[in-house]
Amino acid sequence: MLDDFFIRALLAGIGIALITGPIGCFVIWRRLSFFAGTLAHSALLGVTMALVFELNIAFSVFLISAVLAIFLLQLQTKTNLPNDALLGLLAHSSLAIGLVIIGFLTTIRFDVMGLLFGDILAVSQSDLLLIWGGGVFILIILKIIWKPLFASTINYDLAKAEGMNPDRYNAIFTILMAAIIAISIKIVGLLLITGMLIIPAALARNISNNPLQMVILSTIGGLLSILIGLFSSLEFNTASGPSIITAALILFCFSLIKFKKYSELKK
Amino acid sequence: MENKNKVLLKVENAGVSINDKSLVKGVSFEIKQGEIVTLIGPNGSGKSTTAKIALGIYKKIDGKVKKYTDKIGYVPQKISIDWTLPIRVLDFMTLTEELTQDQINIALNLTGVEHLKDKSLSNLSGGEFQRVLIARAISKKPELLVLDEPVQGVDFKGEIALYELIKQISEKMKCGILLISHDLHVVMSATDFVLCLNGHVCCSGAPHKVVKDSKYKELFGDRASNILSLYEHKHDHTHSQDGTIDQK
Repeated sequence: MLDDFFIRALLAGIGIALITGPIGCFVIWRRLSFFAGTLAHSALLGVTMALVFELNIAFSVFLISAVLAIFLLQLQTKTNLPNDALLGLLAHSSLAIGLVIIGFLTTIRFDVMGLLFGDILAVSQSDLLLIWGGGVFILIILKIIWKPLFASTINYDLAKAEGMNPDRYNAIFTILMAAIIAISIKIVGLLLITGMLIIPAALARNISNNPLQMVILSTIGGLLSILIGLFSSLEFNTASGPSIITAALILFCFSLIKFKKYSELKK
Repeated sequence: MENKNKVLLKVENAGVSINDKSLVKGVSFEIKQGEIVTLIGPNGSGKSTTAKIALGIYKKIDGKVKKYTDKIGYVPQKISIDWTLPIRVLDFMTLTEELTQDQINIALNLTGVEHLKDKSLSNLSGGEFQRVLIARAISKKPELLVLDEPVQGVDFKGEIALYELIKQISEKMKCGILLISHDLHVVMSATDFVLCLNGHVCCSGAPHKVVKDSKYKELFGDRASNILSLYEHKHDHTHSQDGTIDQK
């Protein structure tokens, strides 16, 4: 039957899917997938910092992500380089610095693979508390700022002209993204959190025609990916994190087929 | 009703520069309730920039802008909506304001696009989208409307109807309007105050005064004044006090 650790893994995965569903939609709408990836890469540096200074890992990852976001804003005003180049620069250099620092930490045994791909089967009860507590918090904030954030996503000038203060909501959203990466890094790992943010939202886009529908479908897609991924990793004894993302990709392919049929029907 | 109309917006000696290059400078005007103020000028003369200054979109401006209302409707000149975002006309209407279905229907009906309510924004033509933009801006019953070339891409018949609608809105809803338009006919017939821009204010005043300004003629050419005198001539009976215009 199901082991205790497996139920914890399921609960953790479900929690993550519930947060990444709606947030992922905004990541796609705002074209922030590369930015999410950069934040995730910097998480490795966050984890090593936590080990060096004996901080809470989630807190440290959150802090480093926030610093990185501010640094990016500074770079944008100081150079003429395009955004994707700056993001690539930050992503790979923060990853590299993290790995270099790990090299100095000879006294601490460190599982880099676990960090990169996560270890959802090793979720503890306090991790669960962090995911669900943090998750509820993130979703409540998102609910509160939904309207101005959505308006700012559609058009900056329009939102600003009609009194929405888009700068504030863009900043809050960046913080939410850093927070979600901080609480999920241990579960899905830094290479896969971006996948969880993007793939369910992408598949939802293929089969939805309004924003709310896309958010709901994206959440359902994420939940299905978690369930299918985890059960098949149990069945075939594959790595759990990558299994989840593979499941998400398969669902994405299905959404493409459905979309084609739908548009053919319309013709 | 001898009520003095409330001032909605006051722009004092305002300007903006980006990278030390001045886009527009020294602009002053005010908009009262029920008044239509129009900005005209060649391409790149700072019309849209002036509208954005008035709306507070720029973070750093010279001069002062005082807004006396928060109920603002804006129709931007260019709006690039990311078409990867699934959004229907219906969702777009409630972008910055909660509206009832009735309010949405009425606004869409006024601009003649009620039938597009459930359509995806990405499937609209340029003119249809423009009508939706106007409907959205007026649906929230704004006190101040800022319309940046609101009828671009709208068919000829629709253009006249929409300008008629804008005029009605300003009268019925006592709404102040800042209008940017290339259609000098409309500008001169429907406007209370005209600012002629070319990086700065070339001339300003009531339409019939502006047309006679030498700077206006310099900017738009003699033909522009001729077209206008022709126009005013045709409608002489409605502007009987402007006897001096008919010089042709």
